[in-house]
Amino acid sequence: MDGVAQRGAASWENGTLAPVDRLRTERADSPTPGLVEGTEPGAGQKSAMFIHAQSFEDLTAAAEQEVGREAELDQPGECGEDLKVLVGEQAIEEQHNSDIASESRPKEEDVSSETWRSHRKHVFVLSEAGKPIYSRYGTEEALSSTMGVMMALVSFVEAEKNIIRSIHADGCKVVFLAKSPLVLVGVYRTCQSDKELLRELQYIYYQIVSLLTLTQLNHIFKHKQNYDLRRLLAGSEYLTDNLLHRLDRDPGLLLSAVTCLPLASSARDVVSSSLQAAKSKSLVFSILLAGDCLVTLVRKKDQFLHHIDLHLVFNLVGSSSSFREGEGWTPICLPKFNTAGFFHAHISYLEPASKLCLILVSTDREDFFNMSDCKQRFLERLNKRSAYQALKEAVKCPSYSVEQVGIPELRHFLYKSKSSGLYTSPEFPAVYQSDEEQERLMGLYQDLHSHLHHPTRPLRSFYRCSETENLLAWVTSGFELYLCFSPLGTKALAVSAVNKLLKWIRKEEDRLFILSPLTY
Amino acid sequence: MGENLRGGAQLQNDTLRKSLRTLKVKLVLLGSSGVGKSSLALRFSKDEFRRTSPTVGCAYLTRVVHLRNVTLRLEIWDTAGQEKYHSVTPLYYRGAQAALLVYDISKRETFIRAQVWLKELEKQYIPGSTVIWLVGNKGDLATHRQVSVEEGQSLANDRGLFFTEASALSGDQINELLLAIAHRVYECIGVQQEGLSEWKETPLVDLRNRDKSSRLASCC
Repeated sequence: MDGVAQRGAASWENGTLAPVDRLRTERADSPTPGLVEGTEPGAGQKSAMFIHAQSFEDLTAAAEQEVGREAELDQPGECGEDLKVLVGEQAIEEQHNSDIASESRPKEEDVSSETWRSHRKHVFVLSEAGKPIYSRYGTEEALSSTMGVMMALVSFVEAEKNIIRSIHADGCKVVFLAKSPLVLVGVYRTCQSDKELLRELQYIYYQIVSLLTLTQLNHIFKHKQNYDLRRLLAGSEYLTDNLLHRLDRDPGLLLSAVTCLPLASSARDVVSSSLQAAKSKSLVFSILLAGDCLVTLVRKKDQFLHHIDLHLVFNLVGSSSSFREGEGWTPICLPKFNTAGFFHAHISYLEPASKLCLILVSTDREDFFNMSDCKQRFLERLNKRSAYQALKEAVKCPSYSVEQVGIPELRHFLYKSKSSGLYTSPEFPAVYQSDEEQERLMGLYQDLHSHLHHPTRPLRSFYRCSETENLLAWVTSGFELYLCFSPLGTKALAVSAVNKLLKWIRKEEDRLFILSPLTY
Repeated sequence: MGENLRGGAQLQNDTLRKSLRTLKVKLVLLGSSGVGKSSLALRFSKDEFRRTSPTVGCAYLTRVVHLRNVTLRLEIWDTAGQEKYHSVTPLYYRGAQAALLVYDISKRETFIRAQVWLKELEKQYIPGSTVIWLVGNKGDLATHRQVSVEEGQSLANDRGLFFTEASALSGDQINELLLAIAHRVYECIGVQQEGLSEWKETPLVDLRNRDKSSRLASCC
C-alpha cells in the first residue's frame, strides 16, 4: 500500500493547457540543450494540439477533483430526466436482462479452472455495493462472490480511514482503484509497476464513463445502490475487451500519445484546411483517422482534446463495424474534457471500403443533418484536390520500415514528442512478426517506461542487454525515446544511434508529425 | 407495375422519372438488441447481408423507391437496441412517417419488448401520421421459432398495425416489405396535404456530374 504522487492533479482536471512549472526546472539540466520541450523534432509550430504534458502523472494521480464544465454541453438535469425513464422501465427489462448477459460474449470459462487463473491480466469492475459490472474473463455471475471479497477488502481498509492500493503476493499483483461509484481491480502476473497497472485501470474507468457519463453513473447509484450496471453496459463489453487488448499492443496508450499517418505536409495541409472549411456552429472537433493513425484534427479555438479521449474515439471506431454501413450518430462522453455531459459524434467513412474515417464532434444532439452536410462539403472540397489521391496512396502504406533510418543494428523504436503529444514508430521488423513477439516487445517497452516514470526514483536513461535484444530508453524534457537493437550491438553504438535517429526524425518531421494544427 | 426498387441508377436512365416529385419519408427501426435492425436496414439500402457489430447510437441510411407516380426517398434511422441509448431514441421516432417494430421470431422476449416500444410510440403517436409495422425478423430460424405467425398477426390486428415476417439473412420478403411500406406511407400520409415534404437536391449536388449524383442516391 504505497502512496502515489499527487502533483499536478488539480490543474489537469480543469482541462486547461496550463503552463507546467515542473518542466522549467528540468530544462535547466536538460542533457541536450536545444532539445527542450517545444523545440524537439515533431513539436508543433503553433499551440499544442492536445492536452499533453504531465498526462502520465495526471492519469496516475490519486487525487480526484472532477470539475465539470457545464458550458455548451447537455445539462446534467436533462440526463437525470432520461434516467427516470430508464429506471421506470426496469420491470419489463428484468426478464430479458439475463438474456442479454448470456448472449453477449463467448466467455464461458470455468472460473475455478487453471486456465482462468493463469491469464496474465485480469480486470474486474464492480459497484461500491460489490455488484459485478465487468470481468475480462469468465462471466460476472460466476465471479460475484470473488468480487464480494474484493469489495470487502476495500471497505475493510476504508473503515480504518485508509485506502487500499495494491497487494503483492507470489508473482501476482492485485491493484485497486476506487473511483466512486465504481471500484476497479486488476490482478496481474506481470512485472509492470503498480503505477502502470493503475494507468490501465484508469483507461477502463474512462471507457465506462465515456458510454454513460459520470453524472449518470452517480445518479444511478445514488438512487439505487445495488443497481446492476451491466444492464446499461450490455452490448458494449466488446469496447472494454478491445481497449484491454490495445493496452497490451498499442504504444500510443503506453506513451500517452497518438501517432500520425505519414503524409507529405503539403497534402496534409490541404486535407486539414478542407476540414477546417467544413465548419459549423456546434462543431467542436473534426478528426480524420486512417485506421489507428491520425490524419488530421481540427478543433474549436481554445478547446483541446485530451489524448485519452482521442484513444477512446480510436477504440470506438476501431471496434465497431457499424459505422461502415451508414452514417453513425452517437452520444459520446469525452471524459477528460467533461465527465458530466455527452457530445454527439457523427462517424462515417469517406468511402465504403476506405480506411479513412471522419469523426465530427458536435455539442448539439439534433445536429445530425448539419454534421452530415459538413462531411459532404469536406468531401466535395477534397475530391477536387490532388491531395486526396496522395492521402489515399499514403493510407495504403500507413507505416515505414526502420531500414529507412539507416542504422543497421536498430530494429525498432518509439519516439514521442512531448509538446505535441504525438509519437512515431516504424513497423515491426521481421523478427517481431508474430503476435507473441510483438506483445513481448511491447512488454519490454512497458518495463522501460515504468523505470523512466517511477514514482519515487525516475530514471533519465536506461540501457539493458539481453539474449534477444538490447534496449535503450531516454527521456528529456522534450521527448521520450525507446530503442530496440539487435543483441549484438554495443552500448556505445546505441548511444551514437540516438543522435543519428534524432537527425533522421528532424529531417522527416513534417511527414511524420502534424506540425501546424488548425482551429476553426 | 411500373415500380422498381433498384434505387438511384435508374433514376438517371429514366428521364421521365425526373419530372416526378421526390418525397422524403422518415423511417425508424426499433426493437431489442440483436433482432436484426441493422441487417434489415442494410438489406433496405443496399440489398446486402453482412454480420454487423452492435449499432453504436444510431445509423443513418437512405434508399430511393419509385412508385407509379411518385418517388420516395426513405431516410432510414437504424437505432441501437441497447438500453443505454434509449434516452436518445425519441429523437429518431419523433416525426417519423414509418416505424418498424422489429422482433426476432426465435426469441420471445424480443416480441414482448416490441410491445413496450409500441406503447412508447403510442404516447407520441398522432393518428394517421405514422405507419407502424410489426416485423418478425429471422424467418430463416423457423425451426427455433418461439413466436408464431398467428401471434404476430393477432397483435398487429388488435393494435392496428401492419405485419410481416421477413428474413434479412435470406432476403425473403424484404423487397415486398419495403414496397408495401412505401405504398402505405404514400397512401396514408402522402395524400394528406403537407404530410410528406418534398426532397430537393441541394444546389451543391446539382452542380455535380451525373455519375456522382447516382452514387449519392444509392449509397449515402
